[in-house]
Amino acid sequence: MIEIKNLHASVNGKEILKGINLTVKAGEIHAIMGPNGSGKSTLAQVLAGHPAYQVTQGEVIFEGQNLLDMEPEVRAHAGVFLAFQYPVEIPGVSNSYFLKAGLNEIRKSRGEEELDSMQFLKMLKEKMKIVEMDPSFINRPVNEGFSGGEKKRNEILQMAVLEPKLAILDETDSGLDIDALKIVSSGVNKLKSPKNATIVVTHYQRLLNYIVPDVVHVLVNGRIVKSGGKGLAMELEANGYDFIREEMQQSA
Amino acid sequence: MSETIEELVSQEYKYGFTTNIETDTIPPGLNEDVVRIISKKKNEPEWLTDWRLKAFRLWKTMEEPRWPNLQYAKIDYQSISYYSAPKEMKKYNSLDEVDPILLETYAKLGISLTEQKRLSGVAVDAVFDSVSVATTFKETLREKGIIFCSFSEAVQEHPDLVKKYLGSVVPYGDNYFAALNSAVFSDGSFCFIPRGVRCPMELSTYFRINASNTGQFERTLIVAEEGAYVSYLEGCTAPMRDENQLHAAVVELIALDNAEVKYSTVQNWYAGDKNGKGGIYNFVTKRGKCLGENSKISWTQVETGSAITWKYPSVILQGDNSIGEFYSVAVVNNRQDADTGTKMLHIGKNTRSTIVSKGISAGRGNNTYRGLVNIGKHATNSRNYTQCDSMLIGNQCSANTFPYIEVKNSSSSVEHEASTSKIGEDQIFYCKQRGINTENAISMIINGFAKEVFKNLPMEFAVEAQKLLGISLEGSVG
Ligand SMILES: Nc1ncnc2c1ncn2[C@@H]1O[C@H](COP(=O)(O)OP(=O)(O)OP(=O)(O)O)[C@@H](O)[C@H]1O
Ligand SMILES: [Mg+2]
Repeated sequence: MIEIKNLHASVNGKEILKGINLTVKAGEIHAIMGPNGSGKSTLAQVLAGHPAYQVTQGEVIFEGQNLLDMEPEVRAHAGVFLAFQYPVEIPGVSNSYFLKAGLNEIRKSRGEEELDSMQFLKMLKEKMKIVEMDPSFINRPVNEGFSGGEKKRNEILQMAVLEPKLAILDETDSGLDIDALKIVSSGVNKLKSPKNATIVVTHYQRLLNYIVPDVVHVLVNGRIVKSGGKGLAMELEANGYDFIREEMQQSA
Repeated sequence: MSETIEELVSQEYKYGFTTNIETDTIPPGLNEDVVRIISKKKNEPEWLTDWRLKAFRLWKTMEEPRWPNLQYAKIDYQSISYYSAPKEMKKYNSLDEVDPILLETYAKLGISLTEQKRLSGVAVDAVFDSVSVATTFKETLREKGIIFCSFSEAVQEHPDLVKKYLGSVVPYGDNYFAALNSAVFSDGSFCFIPRGVRCPMELSTYFRINASNTGQFERTLIVAEEGAYVSYLEGCTAPMRDENQLHAAVVELIALDNAEVKYSTVQNWYAGDKNGKGGIYNFVTKRGKCLGENSKISWTQVETGSAITWKYPSVILQGDNSIGEFYSVAVVNNRQDADTGTKMLHIGKNTRSTIVSKGISAGRGNNTYRGLVNIGKHATNSRNYTQCDSMLIGNQCSANTFPYIEVKNSSSSVEHEASTSKIGEDQIFYCKQRGINTENAISMIINGFAKEVFKNLPMEFAVEAQKLLGISLEGSVG
């Protein structure tokens, strides 16, 4: 699905990603963990094409295409979705209008027919059930006045509507209460298929009880320093990142 | 990214063509004779000629206001021609007699003057340079007792009504530009909705400046008698020319007991080119008077054009329980300057006013909101709510807000909210991540920002206005 090779990226001249290598196959779930400021969100933003980050080296192949050459909206059309760590508010634009516009652009790019308002609304309501969101959110302005948890849930709703091939969830679990965490996770699991893949960025092993990863990676200081199975997350939870730093020092 | 923002804001003006038609234009210059000539050409009664002359004499003693936050080259009032009309302008008995070139001009602007073809149910008065060339649906309206005609025609056929109301809201000496207009006004629209009648269709005037070196000075007078209702739309365009052209209009609205007047404008005069060359200087006095109890006047404006805009549609809330509203979206781009806002003058008891102003600045545009809320001593239990939001696109534009508030009794209240935001790279990126391209993202964000104003426009007009907003900002973000 996606192959990241020796990816280096900087922001304002400061190098944040220092050679990331990561391959995710269709049907897989990968978790990325790591201390604050290690570059997890940067990786997510670079994959989505945020203009503030400059890629200085490396390449990313997504479904056989060179992802880094594509405009952000073209990446979205190709099936890349990012659930933002900090979802953005768009005053005056209703959630449904926004999502319908996005979905129809994506459909158009694939040569599919656009959905009319009736068809879209019907579909939206179905998807809202998956994340147990109140229908009142249909007409509220995008993320405006939403609580932290509601924003995160709204991200998953968007993912459910847009049905991406590769979903990158950046700390979607932070700010969620226990019930919401279960709902959101089960939403993610329901959308899982052998044809799509998910990268979850998280600080907490707790989420991985619900969304079970195939591989866990540890990102420290712009590099993936360790990868392993689900057990790695437990180890981190128990010992923090120090033991990895120690391992790194020993090997250095 | 700001580079791309800048690119998006510059898109061509598509109404910039010129119509080649023979005109009857008086030479540039302004003096009492010119005022007399205009009055004579229009075959006006003596009282009106005198009124014009009084205005002219007063104007000569006045000074052009310097307080607005606007920068423009000094206007040479002697270099402007004060009257221009397509030649051979007679009274047309039917639209078939109107010069096909004129009909074609309006068709190009998207306005069909051929009544049969107009399914939308909007009656139109088309003003070309100094004169009204056609008014549609007149007969249908006349059956209800509604008068909708050009101002010149009203002077001939309904002189008493004109005499009674002309200058009753905006006196000829009100301000510099109103005095100029009163002296040299050429044409405009007149509407009269008699007692108890709800006007069955939107009334609309379309103003077009065509001739070069001319000013356009139109006058609109709308009177709604007791219990009457009317919704009036105004649209405007002008050819692209390198020199600036002056537009100084006066609009007066009068609402008697329980009457309601809704006045909507989509102003798209030529704004000049990227470097600020050419464009219309728009100095307009618009004011409504809620003369009767429970009357209501609301202004909705979408201002995207003109090089310079100076405009404060206001409401005098004289009748008890009367309501005044002002909803505005003003967009400036490139080198445009706008100083616009409103005045709400509360005189009657329990009067209420609402002001919603949305200013959008892009390019090197400079957008100023200037508003006055005055609640008088006797206007007990009155209320005003003001919301003033500014949005900036790019780093070279500016927005200013000057709200003036005067409350002279203790039972009234005034609420003011203001905000300034920048269209964010993050907002655009968020939209793009969901598959929406930059242009559509900006248009979506801007329309969301201006939504409260658009929802007050008649349906068709709202769609038009949203498109216009998208166009006038294209090239500003990316
Ligand atoms: N636009 C920016 N300007 C300056 N520095 C930035 C910018 N974006 C990211 N950084 C810096 O890059 C580093 C990595 O940030 P990033 O958000 O990727 O970390 P993270 O791993 O997601 O952390 P967290 O767990 O706290 O979310 C941080 O030191 C951050 O301050
Ligand atoms: Mg982060």
